[in-house]
Amino acid sequence: MQAKKRYILVFVSCAFLAYAYFGGYRLKVSPLRPRRAQHESAKDGGVQPHEQLPSFLGAHDMQELQLLQSNQSKSLDSSKHLVTRKPDCRMETCFDFTRCYDRFLVYIYPPEPLNSLGAAPPTSANYQKILTAIQESRYYTSDPTAACLFVLGIDTLDRDSLSEDYVRNVPSRLARLPYWNNGRNHIIFNLYSGTWPDYAENSLGFDAGEAILAKASMGVLQLRHGFDVSIPLFHKQFPLRAGATGTVQSNNFPANKKYLLAFKGKRYVHGIGSETRNSLFHLHNGRDMVLVTTCRHGKSWRELQDNRCDEDNREYDRYDYETLLQNSTFCLVPRGRRLGSFRFLEALQAGCIPVLLSNAWVLPFESKIDWKQAAIWADERLLLQVPDIVRSIPAERIFALRQQTQVLWERYFGSIEKIVFTTFEIIRERLPDYPVRSSLVWNSSPGALLTLPTFADSSRYMPFLLNSMGAEPRHNYTAVIYVQIGAALGPNAALYKLVRTITKSQFVERILVLWAADRPLPLKKRWPPTSHIPLHVISLGGSTRSQGAGPTSQTTEGRPSISQRFLPYDEIQTDAVLSLDEDAILNTDELDFAYTVWRDFPERIVGYPARAHFWDDSKNAWGYTSKWTNYYSIVLTGAAFYHRYYNYLYTNWLSLLLLKTVQQSSNCEDILMNLLVSHVTRKPPIKVTQRKGYKDRETGRSPWNDPDHFIQRQSCLNTFAAVFGYMPLIRSNLRMDPMLYRDPVSNLRKKYRQIELVGS
Amino acid sequence: MTKIKNLLSFVTQSRAISHTNPREHILNCLTYGLLVIVALCAGFLLWDLSSSPRDGFFHGKRDSHTLILDLEHIQELAVNPEAEQRARNVNCTFWDCLNIYKCEHDRLKVYIYPLQEFVDEQSDKTATTLSSEYFQILEAVLKSRYYTSNPNEACLFLPSLDLLNQNVFDKHLAGAALASLDFWDRGANHIIFNMLPGGAPSYNTVLDVNTDNAIIFGGGFDSWSYRPGFDVAIPVWSPRLVRQHAHATAQRKFLLVVAQLNILPRFVRTLRELSLAHSEQLLLLGACENLDLTMRCPLSQHHKSLEYPRLLSRGKFCLLGRSLRMGQPDLVEIMSQHCIPVIAVDNYVLPFEDVIDWSLASVRIRENELHSVMQKLKAISSVKIVEMQKQVQWLFSKYFKDLKTVTLTALEVLESRIFPLRARSSRQWNTIDTNARSTFNPLFLPSLAPKSQGFTAVILTYDRVESLFLLIQKLAVVPSLQSILVIWNNQKKSPPHLSTFPSISKPLKIRQTKENKLSNRFYPYPEIETEAILTIDDDIIMLTTDELDFGYEVWREFPDHIVGFPSRIHVWENVTMRWHYESEWTNQISMVLTGAAFHHKYWSHMYTHAMPGDIKDWVDEHMNCEDIAMNFLVANITNNPPIKVTPRKKFKCPECTNTEMLSADLNHMRERSACIDRFSKIYGRMPLRTVEFRADPVLFRDNFPDKLKRYNDIGSL
Repeated sequence: MQAKKRYILVFVSCAFLAYAYFGGYRLKVSPLRPRRAQHESAKDGGVQPHEQLPSFLGAHDMQELQLLQSNQSKSLDSSKHLVTRKPDCRMETCFDFTRCYDRFLVYIYPPEPLNSLGAAPPTSANYQKILTAIQESRYYTSDPTAACLFVLGIDTLDRDSLSEDYVRNVPSRLARLPYWNNGRNHIIFNLYSGTWPDYAENSLGFDAGEAILAKASMGVLQLRHGFDVSIPLFHKQFPLRAGATGTVQSNNFPANKKYLLAFKGKRYVHGIGSETRNSLFHLHNGRDMVLVTTCRHGKSWRELQDNRCDEDNREYDRYDYETLLQNSTFCLVPRGRRLGSFRFLEALQAGCIPVLLSNAWVLPFESKIDWKQAAIWADERLLLQVPDIVRSIPAERIFALRQQTQVLWERYFGSIEKIVFTTFEIIRERLPDYPVRSSLVWNSSPGALLTLPTFADSSRYMPFLLNSMGAEPRHNYTAVIYVQIGAALGPNAALYKLVRTITKSQFVERILVLWAADRPLPLKKRWPPTSHIPLHVISLGGSTRSQGAGPTSQTTEGRPSISQRFLPYDEIQTDAVLSLDEDAILNTDELDFAYTVWRDFPERIVGYPARAHFWDDSKNAWGYTSKWTNYYSIVLTGAAFYHRYYNYLYTNWLSLLLLKTVQQSSNCEDILMNLLVSHVTRKPPIKVTQRKGYKDRETGRSPWNDPDHFIQRQSCLNTFAAVFGYMPLIRSNLRMDPMLYRDPVSNLRKKYRQIELVGS
Repeated sequence: MTKIKNLLSFVTQSRAISHTNPREHILNCLTYGLLVIVALCAGFLLWDLSSSPRDGFFHGKRDSHTLILDLEHIQELAVNPEAEQRARNVNCTFWDCLNIYKCEHDRLKVYIYPLQEFVDEQSDKTATTLSSEYFQILEAVLKSRYYTSNPNEACLFLPSLDLLNQNVFDKHLAGAALASLDFWDRGANHIIFNMLPGGAPSYNTVLDVNTDNAIIFGGGFDSWSYRPGFDVAIPVWSPRLVRQHAHATAQRKFLLVVAQLNILPRFVRTLRELSLAHSEQLLLLGACENLDLTMRCPLSQHHKSLEYPRLLSRGKFCLLGRSLRMGQPDLVEIMSQHCIPVIAVDNYVLPFEDVIDWSLASVRIRENELHSVMQKLKAISSVKIVEMQKQVQWLFSKYFKDLKTVTLTALEVLESRIFPLRARSSRQWNTIDTNARSTFNPLFLPSLAPKSQGFTAVILTYDRVESLFLLIQKLAVVPSLQSILVIWNNQKKSPPHLSTFPSISKPLKIRQTKENKLSNRFYPYPEIETEAILTIDDDIIMLTTDELDFGYEVWREFPDHIVGFPSRIHVWENVTMRWHYESEWTNQISMVLTGAAFHHKYWSHMYTHAMPGDIKDWVDEHMNCEDIAMNFLVANITNNPPIKVTPRKKFKCPECTNTEMLSADLNHMRERSACIDRFSKIYGRMPLRTVEFRADPVLFRDNFPDKLKRYNDIGSL
């Protein structure tokens, strides 16, 4: 045979084989067609295969419809099958919404009276702090009939029967509560439940009934979704208010921490939840992964120890926990006996990104907080993958995660007060009349606690999220002049001059005069003409205005509070509020320039009169100064722009203690506003241009000339700092000037020429 | 078979004899041997073709290839009645019912069972019949990145058994069919799509089939039947969707439209009362007499019927009321018409509730408060309505527009549980990504940068050693300077030896680059240990210590802004319809040049690794506009303007002005104007923001003793 032929023959046979192997099945299917004849017709003609098939909604659903249409009978309404009682509570089945229609108030049961059971059990420090936080808050009511939620006077935080804080006879104590009603509308705070050896999460030692549980360490199966609230575990020294801020000081990129992953803690050799921590030593490499455990805890650890204990203890002693926290990018948060652990909050505060090894744990406030932005989930089943996981996270992600730990810590976890308030706000958002805040609001600064959704339904009207919404503050401003002294009003009075100046501003929309002076209101015709700009005069003298006035504006001694100048008046329709004292001297250019600066920083106070606070070592107290300094931390609202929302926040959010201080002293309202805004923004206010003296000194009778006035302001500042729990004010070293201010160019080229003429 | 073989071998032998060449002989033998093998194989193939189709060897092979969704070839399988069935495990969580070890690959893989028809051999009934919707779901998975044909590498298993509508199949048979699946294993890692669960009279909110540990993608969960973190809530699909183009709010005449047919009678009564009281604002429609589902008729019989679901676009809000079942196809119908759903179904788990923030796109009202729905809706501001409507429109187009999208979204929800690292955050799930002005500032920590850290000065230099040394000496005395990094951008010449550099008390590092690129100044060098970078040209020696120190102070207060000294402005020229770059002394600025500016190191990282388009390459190629590019980058990400510090300064030496320079200057300016044009096209908008302010020290130009001022030497020309 010729070579050519041979090759062709071999090739052809191989080709045939290949065809038979890969394509041959086509030959054989035709005889075996199933009973799907109906599709054959549609096979051709470019019809999509799914169009040959019937829809999943069919005639059956039509029958149901007819049933509903025809059956007008009440059988469907009364049909019990649709309202069968489910075992678990939901808001609709276990909560009385009618108690909460108007306001969201919380009642605390008084401490138990002495009775046959003996003395009332002592309350643990943490529970006392929870009660104090509520009592001093705006949620509190002493009237049980007005209350929406009830808080027990019985300490339920620690329900581990082996613990020293364990309160006995809780069921009988509950039974004696006058409004218990099987726990309906009650909230029960709990940190620990269950005990050795099984640590059952749902064994509280009493039947919580229909009460909402605000509980730490809840698992996904225990939590009644949309009903219970998962709270973080906090330790005994946790502060009531404010507390330490997040410890991240710098925002370096990349972070360049010494360790990548760290954990230091005890491990349980046996029993529930011990496996995860017992196997951590596999991940420890002593270089960038430091995971050290000890068995040295409890009385009889020697008896229970395993053969790794000695080695583990040696490694354990080599590292300091605080140092690890500060110098590690990620911190492992493995479960202990219970799902939650102290490590979580500690890591969060330190800006050490939590890596969670606690399967089925419901993270604190999980229904609102998007933990994906601040923590990493690992899986206990895949423990050995943890190093790969943390190594695979890019630097940008770490950068964002670390910042978010601080935002969350500061806004929701920094103190017991914040944890309790957050719990309340989560429950409150379930109420029918209360607007729901979006997840964006919850997960970005300044957070939900400082975003009152009753102010407006869109974040568009608030100063915080404008950039992320792609929006700008609305145009123009409302000038609000607060008249307190009411000096004799000649035609050239400072007040009239001020009104004339404002009228010339190109951005003013409306002028509002708040008349709080004892003198009678001047006649309408006495006011300078304002042409097209509406001028409203509101008399605050005797009768308090009903609108928007919370309990704050009400008078105790018949004297109106000076806080009235910050009431959210309906007349203020613009985002920007220009707050002025009656004797402020500013020119139109100054107003317009300050307004343009404010538009770029709508969340801050932007204005003229700057003051500073400082720590006075000699008095061991905060000092307040109006002297010229190289820095400032307060811009007085005698001549300043701020966002309308702060009026609302001032009136409806600030602690009543603070407002009372202002009312009693008839002073310091401007300082309080500065503290509030700095607390919200964590940024200093902004001073514009050189002008410092903004008061018309000629007016004489000004309280500013009174030395007592100044001392009072010192003491205000200290009271405020105490109630806030920290000093929110932040210093700034700069002021904003017009671009060509005092530049050696012709004044004609400058936009704000009047400002050039103003001295200091 | 053996006979043929014998015959062939005989022929081979006989032929071999006739030839003499031994080599030829061997080759021939080989060829014939091959032919024999081919013949054998062919015989075997033929035999196989005629045998039973189910257990041939083709099948085993074919399964490892991509599944073909062919309606013509559906396998018939007998249901195994003995297979163990277990009721749905209500205590399933992600942590114990999902076999995570199957999912250890780097991405989610889904295996689809081949189309099979399960037949009960006793009654000869089929378990389920395939519907068009389920076919589309299977097709979507098949064509997605999740699909795998290999059951051994699959994390999830998708049965081809259609369980979408519980009304149309036998529950028991379906359970048996599931249990007889090849890889069933008590349902672990199986996903089951179901849209209409339950049936009369109880209307359970979850599929009444024995699904054991399987994950249910269900359309009608209530919060009791939903296993959080395990099941996925999906929408009930509607076959009646029609395309809708954006319908502005203003054109929507009614505040609320109710066109759902199967609302429970007691709620219908409430709605009737409401429609009498608010006839102008509430449009209440019922079924037409012929029960045509694509039509709705007003309750009073005088008006003409309306086309459904198109009529929903007449309302700003549309009601989804309580029916016998929780989930209704009306939700997607409402969303398809960009109407804001008002959900009056207590405890209904909304589709994709884990990831979608429904508060941005819906109103929820308790069933018992339906009577106050109009008050509640009237209280919503028009701004909010527009926002919600946009959100509905966007959500619909992103996650609900067809079954493919719904399927892939559902799988992504599951993927983000199994691979939490790759999960999108709730912001990413819910922010409208088509709005270019909506920004997210990556430096969102609201705190001042620490003072102690100081800044790193990064000096880009080519060969001006003299001026460089001068600059280094000036910088070294700035108190807040932490270290200096010299970027030697000259490859032809080595940088002067370190010992020749001026001796300073701060750390100084020199780095020679591999290429003379302008972008080298923005590379996030590991040598930079501070947050703040001062980028400075080697000829900027006119800045004073106080100015630099103060500049850093300002940057600390605005760490996410570019803070610097020389400023520029962009203006729109109506004549040429182009952007124009302007360096005159003006009242406004929109850029701060990086010849002397502070910025956060993160921006260097973004510049190097995440600059959109080809901007970076373009800059390196043209040796220009790197500073404009940086200003665009930061402004686009944050929407923030740059901050200019201290008064205007002359940054160019006065003696440099000669005619040659001037023309070069003109060219330079023209090129930079072109840059602005080019960049704004790449970004699709003009991100730069114009401001009228600059930052000065608090006591700047104050009549105050100089020694008490912290920054004195500021503002000299």
